Amino acid sequence: MDTIAGLFNYWIVIVLMMIGFYVVIADSNLIKKIIGLNIFQTSVFILYISVAKIDGGAAPILEDGITNYVNPLPHVLILTAIVVGIATTALGLALIVRIKEAYNTIEEDEIHEKDGTL
Amino acid sequence: MMNLLLDDLPALQVMLPLLCAPLCFILRIKGLPWLIAFVTSILTFAVSFMLFNQVADGDILSYAMGGWAPPWGIEYRVDRLNSFFMLLISGIGVVALLFARKSVDSEIIACKQSIFYSAFMLCLAGLLGILITGDAFNVFVFLEISALSSYVLISFGQDRRALTATFQYLIMGTIGATMILIGLGFMYMMTGTLNMADLATRLPEVMNTNTIRTAFAFIVIGASIKLALFPLHIWLPNAYSYAPSVVTVFLAATSTKVALYVLLRFVFTVFGAEFAFGEMPLQHILMFMAVLAVLTGSLCAVFQTNIKHVLAYSSIGQIGYMVIGVALLTTTGLAAGILHVFNHAIMKACLFLAIGCVYYRHGSARIEDFKGIGKTMPWTMAAFVIGGLGLIGMPLTVGFISKWYLVIAAMEQGAIGAITISIILIGSLLAVAYVWRIVEVAYFNEPTKEKAQIKEAPLALLIPTWIMALATIYFGIKTDFSVIAATNAATTLMGAK
Repeated sequence: MDTIAGLFNYWIVIVLMMIGFYVVIADSNLIKKIIGLNIFQTSVFILYISVAKIDGGAAPILEDGITNYVNPLPHVLILTAIVVGIATTALGLALIVRIKEAYNTIEEDEIHEKDGTL
Repeated sequence: MMNLLLDDLPALQVMLPLLCAPLCFILRIKGLPWLIAFVTSILTFAVSFMLFNQVADGDILSYAMGGWAPPWGIEYRVDRLNSFFMLLISGIGVVALLFARKSVDSEIIACKQSIFYSAFMLCLAGLLGILITGDAFNVFVFLEISALSSYVLISFGQDRRALTATFQYLIMGTIGATMILIGLGFMYMMTGTLNMADLATRLPEVMNTNTIRTAFAFIVIGASIKLALFPLHIWLPNAYSYAPSVVTVFLAATSTKVALYVLLRFVFTVFGAEFAFGEMPLQHILMFMAVLAVLTGSLCAVFQTNIKHVLAYSSIGQIGYMVIGVALLTTTGLAAGILHVFNHAIMKACLFLAIGCVYYRHGSARIEDFKGIGKTMPWTMAAFVIGGLGLIGMPLTVGFISKWYLVIAAMEQGAIGAITISIILIGSLLAVAYVWRIVEVAYFNEPTKEKAQIKEAPLALLIPTWIMALATIYFGIKTDFSVIAATNAATTLMGAK
C-alpha cells in the first residue's frame, strides 16, 4: 500500500516523464516534440515539489507556534527551472516558425526528404 | 577602489560579459556592439589571468555571492582546475571576437548583429559561470544560459539546415540539462544541500542508497550528452557545420570542454573517485565509449565532403582522447586528458579559423572549394596545415604533446594500456587520412577558372588565425606552462576525493 499510494506523486512523475520522453523521440511533428519536452520538464518540477513536502508541515512563514514547515527551497529552485523551461519552449517555437518559412513543413521526415538527408 | 575590485574578481569574471550582453543589444550603432563585446572579452581574459595567478600555488579562492556565506548562499570557488579552464575559454573568446568583426559582417545582416553579439556574450558568461560556481544548482542555470544562447548563435547560420541542426541540438541539450536537474534533485533529497563542497562531505553517509546511484547515473548521462560523448554525439556535426564560422570556432573550442569539466567536477569532487569508479562501473563505460568515439569519429571524418563536417567528426574523436585520459584514473592520465582539452581547443580553433577564412572568400567549405587553395590563399592554407598536423599529433605541435602524455599514462596501466596505445595509434593514422585528403586537394589540384582570381583572406581574418597557428607551435615546443597547469589541475582533482 505504501509503495503505491504513499509514493503516488513519484509514480506520476515517472509516468509523465516517460510520456514526454516518448513523444520527443517518436513523434515527427516538431511542435509535438516541443510539447513532449515540456511534459518531460514538468515531471521534474513535480519531482522537486514533492520532495519539499513534509507531512503536516505548515507554510514556511516565521510565526509563533510553527515548528514543522515545508521546505521552501525546492519551490524557488523550480521557479528558476520553470523560467528556463519557458525560454526553451519560446526559442523552440521561434525556431519552428523559421523552419516552417524555410521548408514549408514542420514534419521531421519531410524536412529530411527536402534536404536529401537520411 | 582598486582593492575592492580585486576582491570581487570571481564575481567580475561572470558579471562582465553578463552585463555587457544587454549593452550590446541596446547600443545598436554600427560597429559598437562588436567593440563592446571585444573590449569586455579582453577584460574578462585579464580577470581570469589574475585569478589563475592567485590560485596557482594551490590556494582555493572562495567567494560568497551577495555576502551569503556558503553553504547557504551561492559560492564561487576558484581552484587550479577551473582557473585553467577559465583562462582557456576567455582566451578563445578574445581570439574569436577578433575574428568576428569581418566574418560576421559578411555572414550576418547588419540589423541582427547586435543580437548576435549579445548572445555571444551571454554564451561566454554562461560557460564561465559553469566553471566558476561552487553551487550544483547554479551549474544547471549557467548550463542553460550558455545552451540557450548557443542555440541562438547556431541558428544565425546562412544555410537553412542551421535551423534543423539548432532544433536537434535544442532537444538533445534540454534533455541533457534536465537529466542533470533530476540528478541534482535526488542529491538534494538525500543531503539537503546544493553546495558542492558541502555535498562532498555529506554524500558518503548516504552513498549506499539507490537514490544516490540513480542521481549519479542521471548526472553522468546528462553531462555526456553535453560533452557529445559517443553515442550521444548526433547533435554535434550538423550544429558545428551550419553555424556561422565564428560560432563554430568558439563552440568547438569551448562548449564540449566545459561539459567535460562538469563531468570531472561531479565525478571527482562531488561523488568522489572511490564511489564513481569503485562502486559504479564508470571506468569501463567511459573507456569503452571513448575508444568507440576515437574510432567512429575519426572514421566518419574520412568520408565527409564538407570540411566543417570533417572537423566536427574529428572533434568527436578528439573528445574520445580526453575521456580516455580521464578513464585511465591516474593523475598522469587525468593530466593528459586536461592537457588535451587545452591543446585541442587551440588547434581546433586554428583549423576552424582557417575554414572561416576560406568561407569568407568562397561562401562555402566543401572539398571542391579547396582545389588549388594552397596557391590562391597560401597563408590560410599554411595555418590549416599547422592545425592539421596538430590533429595528427606531429612533433613540434600541441597535438604531439598531449598524445605523448596520454601514451605515457597508458603505459603505466599494463594490458588496458596496450589496447589504449593501439587505439591512439589507429586514431592518429585516421587523422593522417582525413587531413591529407584536404591538403592534397589544396596543394596538388589546380584551382578552377572562376576560383583562380580569389585572393588571400583579409588581414583582419588572418591575424587571429595565425595567433592560433603560432600558439599551436608555441605550446608544442614550450610545454612547461600547459603541462604544469594541467598536472596541477589533475592533482587538485585527485586530491579532492
